[in-house]
Amino acid sequence: MIAQGRVFKYGDNVDTDVIIPARYLNTQDHAELASHCMEDIDINFAKEVKCGDIIVGGNNFGCGSSREHAPIAIKASGVSVVIANSFARIFYRNSINIGLAIVECDMAEKINNGDIVKVDFSKGIVYNITQNWQCDVPPFPEFIQNIIQNNGYINSIKKSLGEV
Amino acid sequence: MKGMTMTEKLIALHCGKDYVVPGELVMANLDMILANDITAPLAIDEFEKAGFDKVFDKEKIALIMDHFVPCKDIKSAMQVQKTKKFAAKIGIKHFYDAGEAGIEHAFLPEKGLVKAGDMIIGADSHTCTYGALGAFASGVGSTDFAVAMRTGQSWFKVPKSIKFELVGKPKRGICGKDIILHIIGMIGVDGARYCSMEFVGEGLKHLNMADRFTIANMAIEAGGKNGIFEVDEITKQYLDEHCSLPYNVVKADKDAEYFQTYVIDLSKIDYQVAFPHLPENIKKPSEWGSIPIDQVVIGSCTNGRYEDMVAAAEVLKGKKVAKGLKCIIIPATMQTYLDCVKNGLAEIFINAGALISTPTCGPCLGGYMGILADGERCVSTTNRNFVGRMGHINSEIYLASPSVAAASSILGRLATPEEI
Repeated sequence: MIAQGRVFKYGDNVDTDVIIPARYLNTQDHAELASHCMEDIDINFAKEVKCGDIIVGGNNFGCGSSREHAPIAIKASGVSVVIANSFARIFYRNSINIGLAIVECDMAEKINNGDIVKVDFSKGIVYNITQNWQCDVPPFPEFIQNIIQNNGYINSIKKSLGEV
Repeated sequence: MKGMTMTEKLIALHCGKDYVVPGELVMANLDMILANDITAPLAIDEFEKAGFDKVFDKEKIALIMDHFVPCKDIKSAMQVQKTKKFAAKIGIKHFYDAGEAGIEHAFLPEKGLVKAGDMIIGADSHTCTYGALGAFASGVGSTDFAVAMRTGQSWFKVPKSIKFELVGKPKRGICGKDIILHIIGMIGVDGARYCSMEFVGEGLKHLNMADRFTIANMAIEAGGKNGIFEVDEITKQYLDEHCSLPYNVVKADKDAEYFQTYVIDLSKIDYQVAFPHLPENIKKPSEWGSIPIDQVVIGSCTNGRYEDMVAAAEVLKGKKVAKGLKCIIIPATMQTYLDCVKNGLAEIFINAGALISTPTCGPCLGGYMGILADGERCVSTTNRNFVGRMGHINSEIYLASPSVAAASSILGRLATPEEI
């Protein structure tokens, strides 16, 4: 699997309140959540994001609330992958559980807004096409790879329960 | 085989192993799982989409309507309705609507539904609160909750543990909120990322359960997976008063291995305030200045317990809230609300010019019941001061203890109770 797109770059500690403000948590509609994605940190994001684009953050991306609406809003915006130096743990597991690709990358801070970046998940490499460098990223543990391959936690559990 | 920390022991016990090590991925059995009116509807969608039609245990699931209740609009009413119908269809015992319960993390311990030795997940980040009882408790998302409803299990990466050894006696007026804000200021908002925060030491004897709930509650604000307190006589007394079920006390081994150890001298901690826009931006009273404030909120899963109400009432008694300032006081559960009425606290608050709301998470997350306008500043006993958290993106939140919040409401600026 390969993701490629234009980068929307943010800083450290991007919290789930700015990813999807709580005033919109009275819905579970994915498209509606996407229409407010990143609204409190980047009012133009929802208007400008295109399918395949990439969000890049610094340390502790997705800190704060456990709202799964946050990775859902990002995924439903068409974002192909979120790259960050590190992720807050609930956001990390929520993203894996719902099938939003995330990559921990030490070089995330070197990526600029507007760069074109490619991620090759099978090889575990992040390519910055604009800046012409590449960086290896650590693979997920086997248990998590299994969730990703099954397109989310629900499917992988259904399989193990024999309910498919 | 080296020793284990409290968290390692609890995880091992719940996945049928003698021994676990940090980094290991395990599937653990759960004693209680919970979700609220924001996270349950999403979980119900996932549960039903998956074709599940039964749950692992009808008595070990709690669905507590607390974030937007009594419902603020049609959409939030639909969310409660959906959850209520689901609970009735499946036969879930612990469904609580507005008026029956209160804020989940204050209510479940009060009701005796969570206890020492338990393994708990909740689709709410502040689930870590129950660590105050000597339980492993951690926040997850709706999908994890949906799967756990069906299987009674969840996957965990065994976290590294950080030991916080509390020593000394806090100065008068200093409470759990000041202690946890001090710790977050010291280690940062990702200082305990993926880690367990374990609170032990002789200083524990000076902390009542309300202090401990507040400290464990904000473990997530340091990035922690969970916060857990060693069980002592104070914990046991609380459990004996609230919980009729047997509980299991787990202590760390003497040779347990910690990723980091901090010694916290409680006697050196002053009043703490987290300035905008991160809980780690801690300032001591001499650095507060005299920024005018527009609103004060006293409540939430962090500081809405009876002890918090008493701390606020002691400051507000016979005083008046500053003109033009709104002071919103929200007892976290119906029992606390009743106690405030019965014991005269409600009268103190109203006479001071504060308003009292029925239990809700409302203002903490900018849901309703106290939304901030452009440029407004709020001193709040809640847990997060992120950009836009309580309203307009140009509003500001200052996190503080109930007594500091109450004092600030009187002077219209950040103030210590001693200034009143």
